[in-house]
Amino acid sequence: MTITFKFNYNKICNTLLEEKLKAHHIEFQSLGNGEVEILGKPSEEVLDIFYKEIHSYGIDVVENPKLILVQKIKDLIKDLIFNTDISTNVKTSVYLAEALNKNYSYLASIFSEITYTSIENYIILQKIEYAKTLIIKENLTLTEIAHKLNYSSVAHLSRQFKNTTGITPSAFERIILMRKKEHNHPL
Amino acid sequence: MAENYVKIALADDDPDDRLFFKEAFEELKIKSKVSTFNDGDTLMSYLNNENNEIPDLLFLDLNMPRKSGLECLVEIKSNDRFNDLAIAIYSTSATEEDIEYTFVKGANIYIKKPNDFNILKKTLSQVVTTNWQFANNGLNRDNFLLRL
Repeated sequence: MTITFKFNYNKICNTLLEEKLKAHHIEFQSLGNGEVEILGKPSEEVLDIFYKEIHSYGIDVVENPKLILVQKIKDLIKDLIFNTDISTNVKTSVYLAEALNKNYSYLASIFSEITYTSIENYIILQKIEYAKTLIIKENLTLTEIAHKLNYSSVAHLSRQFKNTTGITPSAFERIILMRKKEHNHPL
Repeated sequence: MAENYVKIALADDDPDDRLFFKEAFEELKIKSKVSTFNDGDTLMSYLNNENNEIPDLLFLDLNMPRKSGLECLVEIKSNDRFNDLAIAIYSTSATEEDIEYTFVKGANIYIKKPNDFNILKKTLSQVVTTNWQFANNGLNRDNFLLRL
């Protein structure tokens, strides 16, 4: 029997973080967007053990202001891609600059300094990764995916998929299906 | 998670290819530590020793004496200790079927060895930055396939 689950990543992370804070008796108030205000004065030792434990779940403390800014840019980009309610007429550069109240070229230079890639490439990578998930998990057709991700045409999506990964969407689907088959029935 | 360098390993029996590979990495923007192995056998005995550090990204030549790249790939994929290790096949040439077969067997990346040093640098840079995105941006590694 195979069961497929759907994840709400934001909720998972927030719930996990709150449960762990409670488990370590750290008093806090959630501020949203991954920010938490610590109310009491927990000892360095308590915080250290707490940080180590959440690190094993892939959650880390952001200290460097550049990292914080990059994280905010990434969150806004995710909103743009995954949340279809946001108006799609706005240019991404304008959207980011206005939301963060910073000059776009400044944002772009900090972003590539920290992540080794440009904001434009990051957006393409995220969209293609989302398309991969939709192909595998939701069994959507390329036409449906192109529409959902705001591509002007299926050809445009296919081209960007091939340019980004070096393989076509159909080869991708074939490889993942064959991998699953091998995994279930090893030779 | 922000490590200051990427740990790279290459198994290739051609000494010239090993040299070009190391030189290309020295000129990239991302800081890296490159270890090279002369064949699949040496690589696997290094990896199977639990005292040794597991690299972040492994490049495998397909045709090597004693143990081929494909044998290494299958062995690595059957061991949970290497779940976080991204594998790039680094080969002179192959048929479409061969390429797809290595992906099905669990390779993440397939690179056709370029003859030109500048193209090699560009290719390796693209591999390392894409791998970095998968390692640090919470992308699903199961879906990480890249062909260059």
